[in-house]
Amino acid sequence: MMKIKTPMKGRVKRELDKRAPKLVETGKKTLILQGTKTSGTLNCVLSEIYHLKKGGAVRYTRKNDNIRPFESGGETSLEFFSLKTDCSIFVYGSHSKKRPNNLVIGRMYDHHVYDLIGVGVENFKSIESFSYDKKIAPRVGSKPFIAFIGEGFENVDELKHLKEVLLDLLRGEVVENINLAGLDRAYICTAISSNKVYLTHCALRLKKSGTVVPRMELVEVGPSMDLVVRRHRLPNEGLRKEAMKTAKDQPKKKVKNVSSDAIQGTIGKIYIPDQKVGEMALPNKAKGVKRERRE
Amino acid sequence: DELVKECLQEGTKLVQAVADNLFNLPSTEDVDGPLVKLPPPTTKLPREKHLPKPKPPTKWEEFAKKKGIKNRKKDKVVWDEQTGTWKRRFGYDRVNDDKDIPIIEAKMTDEPGEDPFAKRQDDKKKRVEKQEKNRLQNLKQAAKLGALPSHVQLAATALPITGTQAPPKKVTKDELGNVAGMAATSTASGGKFDRKLPEEKPAKKQGKHRKFLPVVEGSGIGSREKEQTENVLNKLISKHSHEILNVDKAVTMYNVKKEKKGRNRKNQEGRSSSTSNKLKPKKQLHKKGAKKGPGSSKKGKA
Repeated sequence: MMKIKTPMKGRVKRELDKRAPKLVETGKKTLILQGTKTSGTLNCVLSEIYHLKKGGAVRYTRKNDNIRPFESGGETSLEFFSLKTDCSIFVYGSHSKKRPNNLVIGRMYDHHVYDLIGVGVENFKSIESFSYDKKIAPRVGSKPFIAFIGEGFENVDELKHLKEVLLDLLRGEVVENINLAGLDRAYICTAISSNKVYLTHCALRLKKSGTVVPRMELVEVGPSMDLVVRRHRLPNEGLRKEAMKTAKDQPKKKVKNVSSDAIQGTIGKIYIPDQKVGEMALPNKAKGVKRERRE
Repeated sequence: DELVKECLQEGTKLVQAVADNLFNLPSTEDVDGPLVKLPPPTTKLPREKHLPKPKPPTKWEEFAKKKGIKNRKKDKVVWDEQTGTWKRRFGYDRVNDDKDIPIIEAKMTDEPGEDPFAKRQDDKKKRVEKQEKNRLQNLKQAAKLGALPSHVQLAATALPITGTQAPPKKVTKDELGNVAGMAATSTASGGKFDRKLPEEKPAKKQGKHRKFLPVVEGSGIGSREKEQTENVLNKLISKHSHEILNVDKAVTMYNVKKEKKGRNRKNQEGRSSSTSNKLKPKKQLHKKGAKKGPGSSKKGKA
């Protein structure tokens, strides 16, 4: 005996449909939370990341004792939160003597942990410490330019992983059309050494130049920090292959009977079976076949 | 700081290069500014949820495809010949409503005692039930292939094997924990080496639940068996009844009974209860003895 449960209100149905898996995905929502102990700098870092991603981020301010991302049993809480808030990237901050100012950035596939990378934050400069002309401040939700400088991002495994995760995190909404007047932010990541990355957020100032393309000028605006890659966990191959599948990957079905001609364009052949004229049924029904009239 | 400057310089170069390509794309004019259609992305990033599976066609859709039946768009209002107005196809004041039929002519196939109006309603109910059943089957088929629509959930209302229609009893978290503990203790090593789930708490009360006295023990006043039996006997014979008697409880019991008696007397004024009256004073004496305190009871019973 089964019962069909459908939501009674249209609002609930719309929310559920928003959370359903889509063919082409728009940006991932981020979950920002804390562990048992956080330091002052770490708190600043987390709140500034939340500011940068205001449109699609959820911030939890309580401390969570039972989350240990790199251990096999400590991920259940994270997965539960991800399910409840429909977030697929999380940023987990914790501070301990062994790993000071530790940030774990992780991604989820189908609300299960896909991959993790733990970085330490050093030399953090918050937004307030930069002085700039307030008019050029980037607006919330604008699409950024993301630049990666250094060959480390091509060679070193950990930096490659960090690049992918940072792209996912800083991307924002996935759009097809973009308004050129609304480009006002850029993230610059430079690989200083084989495990250190200098990340900074700048506003763009477009200056008039001779051609259509304006001249770019970067002004350091937002937070800047040194990220030291501590440990990371890559996804296992099967999961990775499944997650990378896109809708366009379906093998193109060979369309039969269609060929293109230079002169006529696309042509196809229509095959008509033999018409047996003598055996066809007549459209007008014979009088005797019709239904008899009622008395 | 030098490093920062160099980074900014390099960054500017890169951003300029990207912007060059961007601004050279064909743009359409919009209210806020030029709108550009972005080229398809080159870096592959993992998805956040699995690809949605296409819905399997329902039984009707398969049948319609086979027969070549096309879906025709229906209007919301239909011309009603009887009244000569436009009426709704369904809803409040609809065209072919069952309750608007004044007369149903009897056919040769009808039985004499049957109500044709009720029969029409029953038929409609049966058709609706059949449709619901078919809808459930379609959804089950979709769920089997993993393509259930996101706003629909299939819930089991009763166990399939048993015949009763009682809803399954909801088990609380504590009960489940107790049951899990019981199952664990029934293993060979008493559940000590069982692999626990990540968030399972340890069993609440471990070890033996009852304490039995040892078989052989030294005698003397301190021996436990003697103490145990002494306690039991004292309770039975009420040797130290002044310690056993709970004076406050006895007092309250007496007062409550008196109140009840008073109320009963008020309610049943006519009734005479001579026999009960005879019994009552005796009871009162007994209770009064208890009320007076430990001293009196000692006199009476020792």
